[in-house]
Amino acid sequence: MELGYLAGTIVKMVALIAWIYGLLWGLGRKKLWQKALTVVLAFVVIQAVILAKLGGVALFSAFDQTLLYQAITMAMVALGLNLIYGFNGQFSLAQWGFYGIGAYCAADITYRWTNGDASGLVIVGFGVILGGLAILGVGKFLKRKRGVPVLSSFTFYLFAIVAAGLVAVWLGKAVSTALAPGFGTAEAPGPLASPMALQAVFFLSVIFAGAFAALVSFIFGLPVLSLGSDYFGIATLGFAIIVKTLLVNSDTILPFPEMKGGRGMLGIPKILASMAPGDEPGIAGFFKNWTPAWLWAFVFLILVLVIVRNFVRSSTGRATLAVREDEIAARAMGIDVAGNKLLTFVVGSFVAGIGGAIYAHYMGFLTPSSFDFIAGFNPLIIVVFGGLGSMTGTIAASFGWIFFLEGFLRVLLGQLGTDAPSWRFVLYPIALLLLMLVRPQGLLGTVEWGFFRAEGFGARLKEAIAGPPGQKPKMAGE
Amino acid sequence: MAEIMKGESVLVMGDATKAFGGLLAVKDFSLSLPKGSLQGLIGPNGAGKTTAFNLITGIIPLTSGTVEFKGERIDGLEPFEVTRLGIARTFQNIRLFSNLTVLDNVRIAYHAHSGYTLTDSLLRTKRYDQKERELTEKALDFLAIFKLEDIAGEVAKNLPYGQQRRVEIARALACDPSLLLLDEPAAGMNPREIQELMELIHFIKDRFDLTILLIEHQMRVVMGICEYLTVMDFGEVIARGTPKEIQNNEMVIEAYLGKGAGKSAAS
Repeated sequence: MELGYLAGTIVKMVALIAWIYGLLWGLGRKKLWQKALTVVLAFVVIQAVILAKLGGVALFSAFDQTLLYQAITMAMVALGLNLIYGFNGQFSLAQWGFYGIGAYCAADITYRWTNGDASGLVIVGFGVILGGLAILGVGKFLKRKRGVPVLSSFTFYLFAIVAAGLVAVWLGKAVSTALAPGFGTAEAPGPLASPMALQAVFFLSVIFAGAFAALVSFIFGLPVLSLGSDYFGIATLGFAIIVKTLLVNSDTILPFPEMKGGRGMLGIPKILASMAPGDEPGIAGFFKNWTPAWLWAFVFLILVLVIVRNFVRSSTGRATLAVREDEIAARAMGIDVAGNKLLTFVVGSFVAGIGGAIYAHYMGFLTPSSFDFIAGFNPLIIVVFGGLGSMTGTIAASFGWIFFLEGFLRVLLGQLGTDAPSWRFVLYPIALLLLMLVRPQGLLGTVEWGFFRAEGFGARLKEAIAGPPGQKPKMAGE
Repeated sequence: MAEIMKGESVLVMGDATKAFGGLLAVKDFSLSLPKGSLQGLIGPNGAGKTTAFNLITGIIPLTSGTVEFKGERIDGLEPFEVTRLGIARTFQNIRLFSNLTVLDNVRIAYHAHSGYTLTDSLLRTKRYDQKERELTEKALDFLAIFKLEDIAGEVAKNLPYGQQRRVEIARALACDPSLLLLDEPAAGMNPREIQELMELIHFIKDRFDLTILLIEHQMRVVMGICEYLTVMDFGEVIARGTPKEIQNNEMVIEAYLGKGAGKSAAS
């Protein structure tokens, strides 16, 4: 029985990894309808599997589903970090901090909403929009004034963003007061208290959380990214510690009593709850307990995949790689190195913020200790494990990490004794050591697959790369 | 001399000085490059030649003096802005993007003129598709000019040295410059590669309508292709003239070989 359970776990893991790679393969097809079909199929498959029953037992337990949620969020955070560290060469420990910011930001929005208060959504919404506009405005202004040192421009940006924030709070308070009657009372809920409204707010909260993390990363990254790589790493460590400290004291030194500081934030709506199949057979049973939980997780996963891949596979992405390879040469090629670093950092943090928002809404509970910088090494290890500069590798490592470490090893070691699962934290570092010895470039190096591969443009490129038929590509001097 | 100085100057440096603490790496350096000229900058090791290049491209800021490019002041600009104005350079120790393909090395140089924005690439608009295709085609055509098309897919670090130089020069030209700065292009090359390099320099100068300034130690290259030379020592210009004039200049011989060497060399 228990061996069967173990075998089932392995099968499920392999199937899920096959699923995500099937998705990547399908998204990599040329035609738009092929991509669309893949997305629909992939969603239907995962949804069907989760809601399926085999011999009266749900195929995917709540535990399995949590693992999958974890894998998806980890893939998001790690993809963002790979952008910063793997593709742009900036060693950053701040990613986990942005993950935390995203989680708390989104949680606060939906928490307030369920308690009949629109201020979270409205203030953050105004904040990111006005903040973004302020950055654009100051950027335009600074472009006209040549040769402003980075710290002076930082001051301009900081003042602009703080001003935008104050305006957002003032505007947000006014608007949320005006919206308050829309929630109705406990006896007669208004239109804003409907489940549909909550779903919409959740969607916005995830986007806003990402944007908010991006905004913070901009203002943090601007002065700090001018540091050399090692010093930048230390500065980002500082950032991760600051975030955690602020979260621990969020109810005392920050004006967020609902976050309850170190005691942990309770009562976040579990929009992404695990699902259980209904008892009735057939389609009715299938849809009985359906919620958009997996639809959301899936939509945001695709969104992140598309953002990261489209960023890397563009002229800007190539510039990002150039900065990693050689900053001086990149500057001599007309690339704005400082601007490129900042842009990559902001995009990476945006993705981390989205990951955090997803995390908050399947856990339903947040505690600052999960955003400790020590835990922040996890995405770093995943990125190195999968291969710096390989998006495919990062996905593989994120899924493998969660399923192997939290799924398989925990179950396997659980058979040996109640304390045995702790051994997994000995086993995986050994695996990491072995990998570094055997394959220092990581599992996949810089190899990409399917959706993540660079698009070839026309047969000519292939021909040029392969050389004329029947002839070896010419080397130098020939 | 007068003949060479005629015509419109592409680059004019006026009393450019760079001090690193108390050390004057470059002192009162003046230079005028007429359009379409091919000039050389020579001098013993540590004379400040590469520093002069770095001053032109904005990698290090000037302490005093001016740099004008096509009549506009460019000192104080960021290096990437200088490049976008039309000054490209190669490096003494080749600085290719070594883990990227030859094609990508060239495509990176097109970044400033890619013709689409990040929004286009994130949304994968028609413009992205079209421009990216054009860009790749353009890069391949460009590589074909240098007979590098066949190795477009090779990773740069796997190429032999001479080939890497070629790619680096091709990459610099992909920035669409009107002034090209070559920092010791012949360093570490064998005689055959040097011959090829000299042909290449002549070829690109005509083909792309360039003005070229090069730093070089290989006298064969300097005497073979430069029309006019500027000699530096200890951060200062010690002589200017045609290769012939420089060859017989006492000061230059002294700088290279030491005092008294001039007499024995002349005899």
